[in-house]
Amino acid sequence: MSAAELALFFSVFLACAVEAVEALTIVLAVGVTRGWSSALAGVGAAVAVLAAVVGVLGPALTELPIDVLRLSIGGLLLVFGLQWLRKAILRAAGLKAIHDEQAAFDQETAQARAAGHRHAGFDGYSFTIAFKGVLLEGLEVAFIVLTFGANQHHIGIAAAAAGLAVAMVLAAGIAARAPLARVPENTMKFAVGVMLTSFGMFWGAEGAGAGWPAGDAALLVIVPCVLAVSIAMAAILRRASALHPAQLIGRVPGEDAERLSVNA
Amino acid sequence: MRALRVFPQAVWEFVAGDDWRTALGVVLALAITALIATTSVAAWWVMPIAVLGLLGLSLRRSSR
Repeated sequence: MSAAELALFFSVFLACAVEAVEALTIVLAVGVTRGWSSALAGVGAAVAVLAAVVGVLGPALTELPIDVLRLSIGGLLLVFGLQWLRKAILRAAGLKAIHDEQAAFDQETAQARAAGHRHAGFDGYSFTIAFKGVLLEGLEVAFIVLTFGANQHHIGIAAAAAGLAVAMVLAAGIAARAPLARVPENTMKFAVGVMLTSFGMFWGAEGAGAGWPAGDAALLVIVPCVLAVSIAMAAILRRASALHPAQLIGRVPGEDAERLSVNA
Repeated sequence: MRALRVFPQAVWEFVAGDDWRTALGVVLALAITALIATTSVAAWWVMPIAVLGLLGLSLRRSSR
């Protein structure tokens, strides 16, 4: 496997693992609280929708001319990557609540209990929450798999990385029978933000007609530079916030678990 | 009719998230790169500078 393929695998695996951990927390909460059959039906329906999205968009993307593909996908990855990175830097600096799966699970469980009496048979609440959770978290995974895979003509590698990440998270969730609170989610999101931003910048510039010095090897400079700048920005913000402690934010339960936008 | 209104809004929220200025900045940076790439001047340096600036500005807005 080449360095670019390894980077592709690593990026997709991390991004998918993070999203799968968050989806698992939501499904676990409604499953444990209100029963599994409707929650699992919601998961199945969301997976079917995601499969349809990948099935339709995948072949269509690979038909696009490579420069158009790189420009559009590079731009989108960069927009996504900068959002992941901004939130990750704010979390590292203590200016944004750290995502806590146990707290998110507790919040989801409380909401599921408060949602009213569950009738025998189909439970619309469980189905909807599980469907929405898996679909929203999964859409970004599908997007990352398609864009990374299509751009490097390795949708198979990207899909394998995504499948492995989801399988590992699922296995860990079944073994633990609890939300995966010990997964270093915030560090993983930082890494994903760095990779999405780096690849987005690289492909976007290439798609716009620019040539990088040293070609693909430029990524070996771009990725460490983006990482170093991000760490430096987090350190600067942390130091500034120490001077103004009112800005500091602690752990807030599931602070972004119910967001409409699934970005980071 | 509702779907016609909701779908573009959902796509916009999915892509631009909570910071449309950064999305707009990326589009502008790519356009400038494409413009410079048509000349004999190297254009690769535009994106790293743009990313540095956009990330810095976005962090500044968020941390206020």
